Amino acid sequence: MNISPYFFYAFGGIAIACSLLVILKRNPVASAFSLVMVFFSFAGIYALLDAHLIATLQIFVYAGAIMVLFIFVIMLLNADVPSFDLGRTHLGIRIATGLLSVATLALFIWAFSTTQLTPPVDQFTPERIDAAGGNTQVVSELMFSEYILPFELTSVLLLAAIVGAVAIAKRKLSEGRS
Amino acid sequence: METFDWIEVGAKAAFLVIVLLQVVPIMVWVERRGSALMQNRLGPNRCGPLGLLQSLADVVKFLWKEDPVPGHVEPFYYLLAPLVSVVPAFMTFAVIPFASSIQIGTHTVHFQVADLNVGLLYVFSIASLGVYGIIMAGWASNNKYTMLGSLRSSSQMISYELSMGLSVIGIIMTFSSLKLGDIAQQQGQLITQIGPIVLPEWLAIPRWGIFLQPLGFLIFLVSVFAETNRLPFDLPEGESELVAGYHLEYGAMKFALFMMAEYLNMTTASGLLATLYFGGWQLLPGMHTILGLVQSSLGLTGVAAEWARVLFEGASFSIKTAFFMWFFVWVRWTLPRFRYDQLMDLGWKVMLPLSLANIFITAILTFYGWV
Repeated sequence: MNISPYFFYAFGGIAIACSLLVILKRNPVASAFSLVMVFFSFAGIYALLDAHLIATLQIFVYAGAIMVLFIFVIMLLNADVPSFDLGRTHLGIRIATGLLSVATLALFIWAFSTTQLTPPVDQFTPERIDAAGGNTQVVSELMFSEYILPFELTSVLLLAAIVGAVAIAKRKLSEGRS
Repeated sequence: METFDWIEVGAKAAFLVIVLLQVVPIMVWVERRGSALMQNRLGPNRCGPLGLLQSLADVVKFLWKEDPVPGHVEPFYYLLAPLVSVVPAFMTFAVIPFASSIQIGTHTVHFQVADLNVGLLYVFSIASLGVYGIIMAGWASNNKYTMLGSLRSSSQMISYELSMGLSVIGIIMTFSSLKLGDIAQQQGQLITQIGPIVLPEWLAIPRWGIFLQPLGFLIFLVSVFAETNRLPFDLPEGESELVAGYHLEYGAMKFALFMMAEYLNMTTASGLLATLYFGGWQLLPGMHTILGLVQSSLGLTGVAAEWARVLFEGASFSIKTAFFMWFFVWVRWTLPRFRYDQLMDLGWKVMLPLSLANIFITAILTFYGWV
């Protein structure tokens, strides 16, 4: 009994509905909660695709860490003022936005209807991944052998970002004192 | 999946949910009687023997109380928040093994709802969702005290999640697996040598996480207290400063759901501590002998003997988990609450460097093959 398609439609539906809520909700905290649901349903779809590691990391990193920080900042800043007012935007901008969204949708439909879905490279079929010890093993082996340089470079990039953040915070502090 | 698999998964999930639901009222009773014991008073003693039915009476009261929704709240999120805190609390236990496996016909049944390939990561990702219930409750209640409580909880949880996640990396490195089933299985071996020194046979200790990762265990223990919002880290509810913290505006069963989530999180944390650092379902020292005695005196053979073993493993896991749950109660009624800046200092300036050092030391030891 294969139930995956039903789950796919359920998760996909939730993802689309919640994405709409993210932009339609007036309150930024409520938008952020909807975004968490979007991440959660993405994780569900990844899990259906047998990508358990990605699914878990999606929840762990995005829903569990990044969004908590987002909500924390929103609540701390008490950003209750909506970021834009639909009634006061320029008519031209509104028309342009509408056209651009329709164009993007058309692009997506065109892209997905013309491209042929290729099955995963035979080295990475679900059966082979299971035989090699599962997702985590395969991904980590690749990460620490073939892709070690990009992986380490990413961590350097993150380190640079952390140092930058501390530098900005410290500069504000010393300016405040003087 | 075949019918047998469906029944197996369903039965295990139902068993866990039922057991966890029973654990909550018992823990509430233990907490009350335990605190009374430590403060030299009696505690609840009128309902049933030793006050055991007090929790039942409370549930009846919670169910029949008037359950108003205050006018100033955000109704949808206000009602959603208790559910958001309870559901992840149930989900985490799915990957914790409570006994080893048994052969039924041609099937090997593992006593674990799901032995996920990403086991430990799953635990942490679900645990990190628990904070949403608190944030949502604090924000939707539209009250400055609840808001402060939820702000405190989110920053506290982020701070301690880091050291909790990092402290477990040592365990992952030593057992080189994320599967909790594997980790519990490997702890059945014995430590026969420490570094270059080979231990005599009578000194061999079980290869439990606590002996391999003592520092990691300490960090994990402290972080788990912070993650479950238990004293000395219960600043999100700090009743003397914040009235009641994030669940101030909640009453009746909705309040009870938050309490349930707290006790369930405690249970999961205890189960995790037992699995990662105390051998999980591996029998406690001495239980092997008792098991052998029981099997021989009752004349159990074949399947019956296997089931006896599973029962003993379950009992061993329950004893370890129960000990840590008692430990939670014990600490709560012993230590006072932290001040907020002390809490943050401990998290960032002590726990985080220590957990990084733990990873470093473990890496060196693993490189030289000493663990």
